[in-house]
Amino acid sequence: MLELNGIAKRFGGVQALAGIDYAVSAGRVHSVIGPNGAGKTTLFNVITGVYRPSEGTVKLHGEVVSGRSPDQLARRGVARTFQNLQVCHHMNALENVMVGAHLRLSQRLLPALFHFPGLRRADGTCRDEAMELMRFVGVHEYALRLAEALPYGVLKRLEIARALALKPKLLFLDEPAAGLNPTEKGAMRELIRDIAASGVTVVLVEHDMKLVMGVSDHVLVLDYGRKLAEGTAEEVRANPAVVAAYLGAGATGATLQ
Amino acid sequence: MTRSEYVAEFLQFLFSGLTSGSIYALAALGFAIIFNASGVINFAQGEFIMLGGMVSVFLAAAGLALPLAILGAVLVAVVAGVLIDKVAIEPARDAEVVTLIIITIGASILIQGLAQVIFGKGQHALQPFSGDTPLAIGGASLLPQSLWVMAVSALVVVVLWVFFNRTRFGKAMLASSYNRLGAQLVGIDTRRVWLVAFALSGALGAIAGALAAPITMTSYDAGLMLGLKGFVAATLGGLGSGAGAVAGGLILGLAEAMTAGYISSAYKDAVPFVLILLVLFFLPRGIFGSRAVDRV
Amino acid sequence: MTSRWKALLALAALLVVLPWLLPNTYVLDVVNRIGINAIAVIGLNLVMGYAGQVSLGHAGFFGLGAYTSAILTARYGWPPLVAMGAGMVGTGLLAFAVARPILRLRGHYLAMATLGLGIIVSIVITNESAWTGGPDGMPVDALNVAGWAPTGEFQWYWIIAACLWLAAWFAGNLVDSPVGRALRALHGSEAAAQSVGVDVARYKARVFTISAVFASFAGSLFAHYVGFITPQVASFLHSIELVTMVVVGGMASVHGSVFGAALLTALPQLLAEFEGWEMVVFGALLILVMVLLPRGLVPTILRRLRHA
Repeated sequence: MLELNGIAKRFGGVQALAGIDYAVSAGRVHSVIGPNGAGKTTLFNVITGVYRPSEGTVKLHGEVVSGRSPDQLARRGVARTFQNLQVCHHMNALENVMVGAHLRLSQRLLPALFHFPGLRRADGTCRDEAMELMRFVGVHEYALRLAEALPYGVLKRLEIARALALKPKLLFLDEPAAGLNPTEKGAMRELIRDIAASGVTVVLVEHDMKLVMGVSDHVLVLDYGRKLAEGTAEEVRANPAVVAAYLGAGATGATLQ
Repeated sequence: MTRSEYVAEFLQFLFSGLTSGSIYALAALGFAIIFNASGVINFAQGEFIMLGGMVSVFLAAAGLALPLAILGAVLVAVVAGVLIDKVAIEPARDAEVVTLIIITIGASILIQGLAQVIFGKGQHALQPFSGDTPLAIGGASLLPQSLWVMAVSALVVVVLWVFFNRTRFGKAMLASSYNRLGAQLVGIDTRRVWLVAFALSGALGAIAGALAAPITMTSYDAGLMLGLKGFVAATLGGLGSGAGAVAGGLILGLAEAMTAGYISSAYKDAVPFVLILLVLFFLPRGIFGSRAVDRV
Repeated sequence: MTSRWKALLALAALLVVLPWLLPNTYVLDVVNRIGINAIAVIGLNLVMGYAGQVSLGHAGFFGLGAYTSAILTARYGWPPLVAMGAGMVGTGLLAFAVARPILRLRGHYLAMATLGLGIIVSIVITNESAWTGGPDGMPVDALNVAGWAPTGEFQWYWIIAACLWLAAWFAGNLVDSPVGRALRALHGSEAAAQSVGVDVARYKARVFTISAVFASFAGSLFAHYVGFITPQVASFLHSIELVTMVVVGGMASVHGSVFGAALLTALPQLLAEFEGWEMVVFGALLILVMVLLPRGLVPTILRRLRHA
């Protein structure tokens, strides 16, 4: 459903991504891994419209979408979460999730100014759905608390609920397990599986190999902005170049096992 | 009109533009210094200029020699700058941009009010530094005070350049504007940097005010427009750039004088604001500014 | 009943009771001016408090409304309500036209641009004296609704009170709607708002336009009520007064706007005999509130009450 051809991104003189070809097929869980600075988040930002690629095209369902803004991608069913949490602190948790349903509600001014009954009804339905999503990700007990007062782990799930409120076809999760303790990580793995099972195609950037290997149907490995390898979790794990990159980086080679 | 009359007319506008441009440049430098040190736009900058003019006038009227009166005015503005920093800015240094803007606007209104209470609502002129017999140059006339304005402004710019590039503390101030955390790590006291920036801007404003007072007259509310134009000049130069501020000030002065001369003197005061809107529409970071990218 | 409706009913009750408690027409006149300012402040708060975008030029829109009403009624004989509507439409169109390039800017650059816009409007009003009477100002025809013309502070009070309540109702409705949620979301995080489909530039332009229309309406009302206007209504200082009312009363609080307008409209009247001191108090109050209670008075008090 999503297809990248020859994507490159430069910031000034820094080559963040080079010659990336990548395809995401519907109904599976995809992961993007790689050492710090490999270009994973940049890749997400290019796909979701935050950055315009320097070269190459992004196609969604055959339509070229590179250069479109994030809100235009959201209209096409692409949702995401953020590595650095982007939660609206002065709104309560429920409202944060309801914002996610923005595109399915009337955006006209007159009904908003007069609170026409139709709008109120639609908003009530949206509220119920948002509540249901909060229950699905397991944070419904915090619904009426201001987001600024909520713990980190809850906010991470809140962002996922907000993204799901868009009713996306394609969901990008940027480091969903970062900063979570082992129990929370386990729960996050279950949540990702549930989301995938509900028919949403998931792409995640993640450092935690256990999580990646546990949920992914397909893994893309980036290194210095280039594609190092891709394939099933087993194929990638067995790939000598990947092992070398990780061991060479001196970091998380052990977690590959 | 003959050719030489055209030239004379143009020269007249040029002198007028350079004179007011020099004042705007000093005002813009005040904005730039504080912005660099603290990230704050100090809307009270115009009040420093007003204080420079008004305190000079009243100290001179009280019998003080002109240089002493001006020195007194500079001291008053420096104290005002220090007080603004210590009382209003430092306790709120982590606040949002809007909050800081409002705080300095509050300081500006407070100073204006005090000036009105102490000096009254009248308009005052300071005596020119060295007479008011105009010099004739190429058919145009140039007031000696205009020469004072340009010369002292140029001198101030040179002194500031030396301070920021050749002295230890000046270099430390510049360093902390590039990277506040880094500056703290190498032992620069950023609170002192802020304080010095406000004091310095106060002094700059007062000098500009005293220089301009013999030409433009001064009153308790004279700082408002001068301050706003200084802000325009600083923005035009890309907030925080010293050279940009000076260039911005001169461009503003010249644009104003030429508009007043050739198009409409009624709309002279609108020139800076039309100019800045055009610049911001097409170059959202000022002429000399750099582009920032949001990270998510 | 939601807490918002409780607050709106409380405001209605206050507005109904208030005029019977006031000692004389002088105080009633101050209250009327408070009401008119509050309408503009509620509108400005939509931009500043909810959408998080600073505007230092809103008096320009207030002035446009005031002068459109004045010129169309006095010079062209338009019916006041039609002139008022024309002012709102015209001001709204102008605001909408400049909103996109202006609201692309952030922080100090946005402050600069809005400030510049307001000052240009005030300079034009001051200079086009053939239309506006120049710095000396111009008289405005009395308000006239299908033959009925309100006379005296008391009749005006009810008109202004009704308009104020409606403004609060509209603003509250907007904030508590999908559109308002999108606005508050882009204040919290533009990246998040965009990621769920909010066209940030469009929403900023919309709220800026709406608030300009509020200001224009308040300006028209002011012109007819006072019967004489000067370029002061569009001045930078008036813009600052409006901003001050928003932040002192409380960002993102409709009732804070009413409170801020009340405090800062009444204060200069109370201090009027101490010439100059009203500015000193005004400035000191601004600094104090911003340093000690950066959320503004009403939200801080409500928060204390809730936690008590």
